[in-house]
Amino acid sequence: MKEFVEGSHAVAQIIKACQPGVISAYPITPQTHIVEDLAQLVANGELKAQFVNVESEHSAASVVLGASATGVRVYTATSSQGLFYMQEVVFNIAGMRLPVVMTCANRAISAPINIWNDQQDSVSLRDAGWIQIYAEDNQEAVDFHLIGYRLAEDRRVMLPVMVCMDGFILTHGMETVDLPEQDKVNKFLPNYNPLYKLDPAEPISMGLLADPDYYMETRFAIQETMKASLGYLSEISSEFNTVFGRDYKDLLVQEYQTKDADKVIVAMGSVCGTIKEVVDEQRAKGKKVGLLRIITYRPFPYTRVYEALKDVPRVAVLDKAVSLGAYAPLAVEMKAAFYGKNKGPKVISSFVGGLGGRDITLESIHEVFRRLTAKEVNSDFIDLKPELLKEEYGK
Amino acid sequence: MFGPLTVKPSESKGDKTGSWRTQVRPHYLHKDCIACRMCLMICPEGCVHGKEKNAFWADYNFCKGCGVCADICPKKDIAMVAEEPKGEDK
Repeated sequence: MKEFVEGSHAVAQIIKACQPGVISAYPITPQTHIVEDLAQLVANGELKAQFVNVESEHSAASVVLGASATGVRVYTATSSQGLFYMQEVVFNIAGMRLPVVMTCANRAISAPINIWNDQQDSVSLRDAGWIQIYAEDNQEAVDFHLIGYRLAEDRRVMLPVMVCMDGFILTHGMETVDLPEQDKVNKFLPNYNPLYKLDPAEPISMGLLADPDYYMETRFAIQETMKASLGYLSEISSEFNTVFGRDYKDLLVQEYQTKDADKVIVAMGSVCGTIKEVVDEQRAKGKKVGLLRIITYRPFPYTRVYEALKDVPRVAVLDKAVSLGAYAPLAVEMKAAFYGKNKGPKVISSFVGGLGGRDITLESIHEVFRRLTAKEVNSDFIDLKPELLKEEYGK
Repeated sequence: MFGPLTVKPSESKGDKTGSWRTQVRPHYLHKDCIACRMCLMICPEGCVHGKEKNAFWADYNFCKGCGVCADICPKKDIAMVAEEPKGEDK
């Protein structure tokens, strides 16, 4: 059913439809509206779940970890500092192969404190063993949660899924969203039925000490499952299309006007909407430009990226995060995808923009295309204000 | 793919740590042993067993090869020998 709703509200509605048994979260901007809505739904008796109020994100993550280990479907959401406070539990959840689904309402990282959007929070946790999917709009944010549960709880996968949606831009943005009907959700997402669970009648321990004789295999297994999950994502998304009448290709990447393009921008999340507008504008003028949107960042779809861009001469990678002192995170993956290959772009330039909520405007995207020349640049910041950089230390 | 995920409740003895041993292991010569039990008492792993003379032995499933049993033996009846490439009964 189509509704004109706020992104957070739409996410709360789909989580309600997925019927988790336990929800635990701690409020943090810009994630708050999602869990506020869910708390209300539980209080109203519309969602039969236990909503556990906690004193911190570390506890919220621990609650969903423990609850998931008992074999119940769980949900949590956070942002920024909250995600970082969860960090050790985030790794634990993946290590214990618990199919937790979390929304990360992407927000910048302190200091200085900043509540606005960039993708530094989730990108920084790329090595945690979570599948990370980035939504461009609120329809995707809704659908990705449903697909996320299905993928996470697949017995071939059993890994947590982080659905990343840009804070404010999506969480607080109003859009028309086709909210999946309950009967179709039930058809697509069967009840969670784990192979192992904590049960007093048949006691087991999970996540216990694994000495050097055992630990490495746990990591190797996640690595292999991650690689295999690229295929499962395609499979599950095509089933999703059948049930809900959508048109997702494979949920790994989206190719937008890349086929004959001379210049392509690579990016993740809501900024891709802006880039598409610029691409349309330039195409109308006969300029061969395009966009490759990375949807799944972990596992990273190297093969799909290679196939999509192997004949494109110039590529600009636009990161909304930085790896201070090194190449930008998405740029690293793009360069790795072509290293040692026969074909590939002659230039892969890396740009950083939109940090701490600075708007990436149509003009910003035009600027990226302009700076994408024969001379490769690395971590080139766009929309900088040079007048703010004149202060000297101690003066 | 999955690695080790769960364990059933049991004793810590189930976690065999002999693989941590490198290079050397104690070899009980069973020649001059007087059953003083010094090797058994000093073993930090508690993995030396035996009661009678010339019948003491170290459980290689847990022995770390530290050599204190060989060092303390008043009869020099325990020799530290090179670790066999394979073959501890894990």
